[in-house]
Amino acid sequence: MSQNNALLEYVLRLGDNTLILGQRLSEWCGHGPVLEEDIALTNHALDYLGQATLMMQYASKVQDEGKDEDQIAFLRDAPEYKNILLVELPNGDYAHTVARQFLFSAWYSLVLENISSSSDEFLASFAVKSLKEVKYHLQHSSDWVLRLGDGTEESHRRMQDAIDKIWPYTGEMFTMDSIDQLMFDQKIGPNFISLKAVWLDHVKAILEEAGLTMPPDAWSHSGGKQGRHTEHLGFILSDMQFLQRAYPGAKW
Amino acid sequence: MNQINVDEIWTALGEIEDPEIPVISIVELGVVRDIQWNNDSLEVTITPTYSGCPALKAMEDDIVEVLNEFGIEKFEIKTTLTPAWTTDWINEDAREKLRIYGIAPPLHSTVDKLSLVGRSRSIACPQCKSTSTSMISQFGSTACKALYKCNDCLEPFDYFKCI
Repeated sequence: MSQNNALLEYVLRLGDNTLILGQRLSEWCGHGPVLEEDIALTNHALDYLGQATLMMQYASKVQDEGKDEDQIAFLRDAPEYKNILLVELPNGDYAHTVARQFLFSAWYSLVLENISSSSDEFLASFAVKSLKEVKYHLQHSSDWVLRLGDGTEESHRRMQDAIDKIWPYTGEMFTMDSIDQLMFDQKIGPNFISLKAVWLDHVKAILEEAGLTMPPDAWSHSGGKQGRHTEHLGFILSDMQFLQRAYPGAKW
Repeated sequence: MNQINVDEIWTALGEIEDPEIPVISIVELGVVRDIQWNNDSLEVTITPTYSGCPALKAMEDDIVEVLNEFGIEKFEIKTTLTPAWTTDWINEDAREKLRIYGIAPPLHSTVDKLSLVGRSRSIACPQCKSTSTSMISQFGSTACKALYKCNDCLEPFDYFKCI
């Protein structure tokens, strides 16, 4: 794979994580358990879609085929999406959304921290900016893990169940393939394997404080980064891409 | 055509109100980063407050309108991410305008580590000045604000959070 293609894949991985998670979170719009949370999650979605736009613009530049960011975001098929599986998981109950958000934000903030000093100038400036937003997301989901885990018997049960269900999708965040390795060698991105210890420390501290049990390290689902997705992604895309598929080139 | 002095353009852009907080200008907010002539073309550099801030497009349109009023035909509006926008750029005058408008201004410089992780010390109520306030949600009516309420006058209010 050429250097340029590897960078494009890498940018899509980062951009698709926020595009798909942003799309997922926006499903909460008008359905939040309380007004404040409805607003909070749609604010998260807005941050993610903004970050996705920046990444897709960069992808468009790297790709250099004359496709703009909207074409890249809306006109690819499922195997061409390179997000990790965790972000495409359904929202579930509020505890599931919180668990997914917490485990993802704890990882994503480490990734952005690392990319802040990337040798790729655009990625570095993107990361410095996005990290400010993601720190608020991490604080928000950490607070909710504590509140639900250390709340009533019912909220504790649901929070534990959500952590247990989502945990087997966290392993993919710490995998390295040949593209990740190439980017790491060029000081563009992190060695994902080495982020795991810091991530575990943070996650463990919050789970313990919340009175929750950390699931054991076991087999994990993966494949999203290579375009092998769960059945859920197709449903997200049929929703997200409807307009551009039905009315190609439609503008606001 | 004679080139219009950039100072004049700065002053004119300084009259453009933030679309969501119409008491401060986009210059006071720190969104306009640079204005310069490149030969016969004017280059205006702006930066987004938040990555997904929907107001940025409206600000761009407003800038174009002002440039058109000046009769400037060749211009480019560039977006930069570096240095990343920070609430530190909002000066004391603008903070006072926010307070009068009913939005508690960002309290600390982002050098304060507490504010970086979203934890802030007591925020004064912009209505009654009481510091007995509590945060309802870190996410408010726009990306840049958190929702607070005053424990004394019981009014809810927006807080411009530090980033």
